[in-house]
Amino acid sequence: MEKVTTTHEHDHYDHEGSKLGMWLFIFTELLLFGGLFITYAVYKYLNPEAFHMAAEELNVGVGAINTVILLISSATIAMSITALQQNNIRLTKVMLEITMMLAITFLINKYFEWGAKISHGIYPGSDHLMEMSRGEILFYGLYFFMTGLHALHIIVGVAFIAVVYSKILKRKVNAERYVLLENSGLYWHLVDIVWIFLFPLFYLIT
Amino acid sequence: MNQEVSFYEVKKYKTGILNWILSTDHKRIGLLYLYSILAFFIVGVCLGLAMKLELIAPGKTIMEAQTYNAVFTFHGIIMIFLIIIPGLPAVFGNFLLPIMIGAKDVAFPKLNLLSWWIYVLGAVVALMSQFMGDGPPDTGWTFYAPYSFKTSTTMLPAIIGAFILGFSSILTGLNFIVTIHRMRAPGMTWLKMPLFPWSLYATGWIQLLSTPIVGITLLMVVAERTMNIGFFDPALGGDPVLYQHLFWIYSHPAVYIMILPAMGTISEIIPTFSQKTIFGYKAVVASTLLIAFVGYFVWGHHMYTAGMSDTAVWLFSLMTFLVAIPSAVKVFNWIATMYKGSINLKVPLYWALGFLFLFMVGGLTGLVLGAVATDVQVHDTAFVVAHFHFVMFGGVGTAFFGAMHYWFPKMYGKMYDESWAKVGFYTFIVGFLLLYMPMFWLGMYGMPRRYYDYLEQFHGGNIISSFGALVLVAGLAIIIINLVTSARKGKKAEKDPWHGKTLEWQVDSPPTLENFDTIPVVEKGPYEY
Repeated sequence: MEKVTTTHEHDHYDHEGSKLGMWLFIFTELLLFGGLFITYAVYKYLNPEAFHMAAEELNVGVGAINTVILLISSATIAMSITALQQNNIRLTKVMLEITMMLAITFLINKYFEWGAKISHGIYPGSDHLMEMSRGEILFYGLYFFMTGLHALHIIVGVAFIAVVYSKILKRKVNAERYVLLENSGLYWHLVDIVWIFLFPLFYLIT
Repeated sequence: MNQEVSFYEVKKYKTGILNWILSTDHKRIGLLYLYSILAFFIVGVCLGLAMKLELIAPGKTIMEAQTYNAVFTFHGIIMIFLIIIPGLPAVFGNFLLPIMIGAKDVAFPKLNLLSWWIYVLGAVVALMSQFMGDGPPDTGWTFYAPYSFKTSTTMLPAIIGAFILGFSSILTGLNFIVTIHRMRAPGMTWLKMPLFPWSLYATGWIQLLSTPIVGITLLMVVAERTMNIGFFDPALGGDPVLYQHLFWIYSHPAVYIMILPAMGTISEIIPTFSQKTIFGYKAVVASTLLIAFVGYFVWGHHMYTAGMSDTAVWLFSLMTFLVAIPSAVKVFNWIATMYKGSINLKVPLYWALGFLFLFMVGGLTGLVLGAVATDVQVHDTAFVVAHFHFVMFGGVGTAFFGAMHYWFPKMYGKMYDESWAKVGFYTFIVGFLLLYMPMFWLGMYGMPRRYYDYLEQFHGGNIISSFGALVLVAGLAIIIINLVTSARKGKKAEKDPWHGKTLEWQVDSPPTLENFDTIPVVEKGPYEY
């Protein structure tokens, strides 16, 4: 066990402890989505045909593009951490800017994708949806709920990265104390990995 | 900074209250929780008393059926989400965990303050449900689907409030786990850590790994009510039984969130007042972790009558019985600790003994419910209510009062009044037994729970029970008034009034802001007398 560095109460900095805390928080996020994945699994098992039919209606192209976008953004945030460790502030900033741009692109794609579904009258509680089979109603209910919750996490993630970004500008997050950036990276990878599961479950199961 | 003054004397702001609600000191946050919990507890007790008065005679006595439904719902929400889940960890964990492991504070003091604020926010949102829309919620604290999205009462604030409170609980658990991993004093290896921190560690993991499940489930109910997504609505393809599964995947482990810190408290009190090392330290630690682990796999025992495969029922019943083993290990170890000890019969030990007795009754009747055949007979009857209150109120409640008396000198630097504390204890126990014992019989003979009315044949038992409720409330009043007056006027307490060996008895009463002048080096186990 490493010794804890406690110099002064307001100057307590424990890199390992902060990272451990972030990992624990990520566990809770995984279980939050876990509850939804269980629900998905149960209803997919009960309605295999309807899930197959409904999934064919989703736009695989947009989903694939968004997957690529998130994967690249995970890479860029990882690069920003290495750049900061090497005290290359300019590169850190560029990498974080790219990450945030990609995240926003993801959300714009999502907006158009949802918009297309809604304009076809497919959204929770719509008359058109209520005419479909129960399995399809469930599929679209899960689709909007799970991708919606995921999009919310993207927004939180961008906000988190933006906060870290501003702290880098003020040199509060720097080459010696970069755990906050590392934690935002961990969070961003979480958002990424959840999407890696959502993508096949909703777009590719046909 | 002057190291001699207690943390009460350290003030950052001119306005008194800001020193509390903006403080990141773990001790102040612990006390903030204590006072909030106490306030809600008084409300919850009044609601419970109102129900017992309604049941003093068959038919309508003091309230309508719908009011009764609202009262038991709100009683449950308050007692479960606002009091007993934060309960021991948030109050005594916050105040004592850093001191007991030889640290100056928790790992994330700001996050700690944030979790109190989230708690307050959640409480306010949950309370709003009582004063908005078409009347207070009437589903019971379990929010069972499909009723929870069909009823016209104000469900949303109650459900969202419970969701927010879950967040607070997660952050407390996270904070404690990191604190225990990173901030133990030099020399305090895992197996030299006192048992209360151990119980908080196990509890932290349960808070962390099970609370998100109920969080997402509650969000699904919210989506169901607001957006008509049919997760649990059969008309839209959903399955209400799935709600029960998801709900109990959290809510059964949640009872271990409540009981494990209570067991940890008892494991502190008994060695101190026996002046003897705890019997089987490692077995107590192992049983703590085992209870936390097995507790994840027993949720189905709430649903024997809800429609499950026989294999699932059989497995859940088996797992439920397995929990009895580590629980019994603890009880035997506590008794063995007292054997041939030099017993110092003070009020905290009274409460610990009260815990042992009431918890055993609660635990054994839990086996009646865990066995499928008998559960079908007593499912949803007063028997379940009696069992639950024996474990929760008789178990966690008595441990809470035990902790309150045990650590009172440390928290306030004053001694409580011993004779009034004894009067309070006896009144509590007598009232408790009168209140809940008859409910076992009533349930056995078929009196259902959650009805404001009953058949004439149940009248006798209900009169005793309602009378017991009055005695119990009197006992609670004596205990609380005694503690409040003692905190103001009690005799000054020494550092170590009970001759305890754990680290909290080596610091001042009340502790200084940073607890220790120098971080102690631990060389011995926690209970070496």
